[in-house]
Amino acid sequence: MKFSETWLREFVNPAISTAALTHQLTTAGLEVDAVLPACPAMNGLVVAEVKCVSKHPHADKLHICQVDCGASDLVSVVCGATNVRAGMRTILAKVGATLPEKSKLEAISLKGVISNGMLCSASEIGLGDDHDDIMELSPYEPIGKPLSEIIDLNDNIIELSLTPNRGDCLSIKGIAREVAVLNNIHFKPPEFELATINTTARRTIKSATVAACPRYLGRIIENVDATVKTPLWLTERLRLSGIRSISIVVDITNFVMLELGQPLHAFDNSLLTGDIEIRFPKEKESIKLLNESEFEIKPGTLLIADESGPLALAGIMGGYNSAVSMRSKNIFLESAFFTPWIILGKARQYGLHTDSSHRFERGVDPQLQSIALERATRLLVQYCGGQVAPVVEVLSEADLPKNKPVILRKTQIKRVLGVELEEQFIKDTFLKLGIESNYDNYQFVTNTPPHRFDINTEVDLIEELARIHGYDAIFVSTPQCKLTMQSPNKEHETIEHLRQILINRDYYEVINYSFIDPDENKLLNNKDKNFILANPIAPELSAMRRCLLPGLLNTLRYNVNRQQERIRIFETGLVFEVCNNLKQVPHIGGLLYGNVDKKQWGKKDILCDFYDIKGDVEALLYAMIAPDRLEMRASQASMLHPGQAVDVLIDGVEVGYFGCLHPKIGAHANNVYIFEFEIKSLIQDRQVKYQAISQYPSVKRDIAIILDETVTLAELIKSIKIDSSTLLSDLQLFDVYRGVGIKKGQKSLALGLTFQATSSTLNDKEIEAIMAKVIDGLYKNFGAKLRE
Amino acid sequence: MEINAADNLIRLEQIRVDYLGKKGQLTQQLKQLGQLPVAERPQAGKLINLAKVAVQTALEARKTVLESEHLKEQIKAAQLDITLPGRGNQRAGLHPITLTLQRIESLFRQIGFAVVAGPEVEDDYHNFEALNIPAHHPARAMHDTFYFPDGRLLRTHTSSVQIRIMENNDPPFRFIAPGRVYRRDSDMTHTPMFHQVEGLLIDESATFAELKGMLIQFLEIFFEKELKIRFRPSYFPFTEPSAEVDILGERGWLEVLGCGMVHPNVLKNVAVDPEKYTGLAFGMGVERLAMLYYGVDDLRLFFDNDLRFLKQFHC
Repeated sequence: MKFSETWLREFVNPAISTAALTHQLTTAGLEVDAVLPACPAMNGLVVAEVKCVSKHPHADKLHICQVDCGASDLVSVVCGATNVRAGMRTILAKVGATLPEKSKLEAISLKGVISNGMLCSASEIGLGDDHDDIMELSPYEPIGKPLSEIIDLNDNIIELSLTPNRGDCLSIKGIAREVAVLNNIHFKPPEFELATINTTARRTIKSATVAACPRYLGRIIENVDATVKTPLWLTERLRLSGIRSISIVVDITNFVMLELGQPLHAFDNSLLTGDIEIRFPKEKESIKLLNESEFEIKPGTLLIADESGPLALAGIMGGYNSAVSMRSKNIFLESAFFTPWIILGKARQYGLHTDSSHRFERGVDPQLQSIALERATRLLVQYCGGQVAPVVEVLSEADLPKNKPVILRKTQIKRVLGVELEEQFIKDTFLKLGIESNYDNYQFVTNTPPHRFDINTEVDLIEELARIHGYDAIFVSTPQCKLTMQSPNKEHETIEHLRQILINRDYYEVINYSFIDPDENKLLNNKDKNFILANPIAPELSAMRRCLLPGLLNTLRYNVNRQQERIRIFETGLVFEVCNNLKQVPHIGGLLYGNVDKKQWGKKDILCDFYDIKGDVEALLYAMIAPDRLEMRASQASMLHPGQAVDVLIDGVEVGYFGCLHPKIGAHANNVYIFEFEIKSLIQDRQVKYQAISQYPSVKRDIAIILDETVTLAELIKSIKIDSSTLLSDLQLFDVYRGVGIKKGQKSLALGLTFQATSSTLNDKEIEAIMAKVIDGLYKNFGAKLRE
Repeated sequence: MEINAADNLIRLEQIRVDYLGKKGQLTQQLKQLGQLPVAERPQAGKLINLAKVAVQTALEARKTVLESEHLKEQIKAAQLDITLPGRGNQRAGLHPITLTLQRIESLFRQIGFAVVAGPEVEDDYHNFEALNIPAHHPARAMHDTFYFPDGRLLRTHTSSVQIRIMENNDPPFRFIAPGRVYRRDSDMTHTPMFHQVEGLLIDESATFAELKGMLIQFLEIFFEKELKIRFRPSYFPFTEPSAEVDILGERGWLEVLGCGMVHPNVLKNVAVDPEKYTGLAFGMGVERLAMLYYGVDDLRLFFDNDLRFLKQFHC
């Protein structure tokens, strides 16, 4: 809601500055978003009438106008606008005038003809956007009247960001009521005289649903002149509230809506057939609206109709075919109360949001319809003439919102706010807010005013009191609670732990959107379906991610394109798996690309390989899970290089993967390594149990063996463990060699075996026996020979 | 003479051998002592021994000098440019949003708030209905919601977690719910995904005055300075009274969080007796706090994941 400050001050005028006023509004819960000058600084502008127009002798597009500006002589002005014509009233900037962003206006010669001033377009004087045509004023504007006497050139536009509960402040009257309370001023809303009835024309109104529309007022006004230009003071009020001038009749209905808060609608009475009916749609009815959109009406949308069909979407927008125009002679004026929950959400169904629906959804004062109708009628008659017919009203008092009694127990104020409020303050505040109250037995029995749809419960009253008391005036305390301990959130702790491990290993954390391109989910070859948004921002942000990989790859691409050569990143977050049900599963995933080390002296540039990511993954896993519960085996995952792909299992259940990105994916695929794990399975549940350290010395034996490439280390270890008894306490691979001295297709592995007993010192004989058995086993199982 | 002229330990050793070795001059002389007349022997022996001691002493002294010189040279040769960078890789860093979340969490943990999480794909009930926002409520227009064809939605705030925790547990409650939230909005100052921390305290004596005190403490400790803070009436369907909290920045008041006393309807929806318990709730936008704290001027930087940006936030 934005509005003219001057207009507000015509209703209630506290002796405070604009800054103080806006501060007051904001701290009372009516947040002021902006305060802007209504128009730029200017002077020397008057109403003038163009008396005659002649062609400029030397310029086709210019006219020479003789203009009456109230002085004894006509003023000769050169004007280039195409709409200039004899008899029109407009704004003249006289010689000596100051126009926005210009120096003093002087008489100048335009192609040999002296122009003693300038006829102004709306944009030239900051009163609108039109910069081609000069302004056309109503013939009622007196010639010679300074513009500053018609509108307040020092006015401000105050822009409020109103919360949805304060529908009562969607009018000047409503805001004035609030300002009066804040400044302790008695506010008396303006009263308007009833229009004189001077015709008997009437149109019967039938309501099929009084619950949806408990009050509907209609009135015919005959023989109006709808061609009249709207007076400048009125179009200015509309402009400052962001509403465009359309025609005198529409402008007046909009003006009354802004002034009082009651949306009105004017039909061209001669385009209506038979009775007016308020009803819900029949099957397959359609309507063409004022904005020329045409559609079938959905069930549940309340309609205003006549015998020929729907005329308007009640409380939302009027129809195209019954709209008033310049040609309208007879007008049917509607002022109704529509029940808020009937209007709620309906405009949105059609992609509409109007000033009318905005107000009806939030609640319009159910006592306002007659006042607003009379106000509009009198303005119409004042400017357009015509004969006024009596009001026809359909009313169901029982269906109008009732003032509900709400009880406020005095003890509850302290209980909620933490402070006591004086009984007198409470009574005064209620009185000012129009809340009737009776204090008895430590409680206030209140009756809330009809325009406050938002006060229904005890806490609503407490908030009103706190708001007027001032939130800042409530003293400050701190929570008084019983101290209790809670078990830590293991999942949260695990995520933190994993994050620390990764950043210590030089991985940066990234955060990607949870929705991605549906095609990116195809990286996974599982049977999960995509979970797709019905209303995404863009198709490439429409599918919930099923893994973290696509986001990591996007981040890789983004940074490679920005000359980053070494990228180590990870992310944690939910992924969304749809099998039968949707599962939202926390994952952690990482990506490795480029050199092992950042570029530095004393270390060679070595590209990452499979064993680098494996090292990082092992660091993660071993920190959380006992090694004997872990298993790693070759993976078939389609996004991984088939020869460098590992599935990780905990207690036999697959929990993630790591490896080299498949070369078919992406531009940097030869050197991208990835991992991704489900977080819940990594939650550390290992309680460390101490094991006794042996007091006896250990014995070490190193062997180097030559065997076929195809034999894996895991197979080798298994064989050694079987043959080496429980005395083997440690087994390390410390070299892998291929090259001179080793046949192609073979490799040499160097292994260190450590033996230790817990109850005795081992002797050489025992060790030699075990080693012989181990070596024999390796030969038998793999054809492995000791390297000479 | 010869000894002091020796300029290295090898030469010195040679001199030692020349004089004192098995075939050394003095050793030879000692051996030839027997050839002298008996009467001269003691005198000669004495002289030879004296000479031996003198040579030994001179050798030792020279050795000490040479060793010390040698060490000096060794040290000199091993002199390094200590300004060269250390070897290895540095520690990377967490995302600034995570860092901000951690700071928020640690402050509320101090006063006994648990940290809880909830689903991001939510149903209408937990995101709206239970929070006193019925269908078509105008407040829904403030939340541009992402929907799925089955009617579920992406949570528009972490307030939904309130309901999930409360409906499954008994009061009192004291927790914060950090996490990702989603609104269908994308421009200079909005990203379709961002982070919120929702906080809830339900107890037998929670008041608005306590809410104020707690949040003022939080903001001043979070921003590490004294602040001008104002509480301004506002509207959230799930709190009453509701407030927005502004801090005074260089360019006027800045909204940093929303809060209020939990609406009795919300308590009833999760079977908490509003006559026995009151609650205070607050919600804050993590990106907003991070932008103010770190001086980041473009929200979208948080989700570009440009390493040149991320590398600035070492912790």
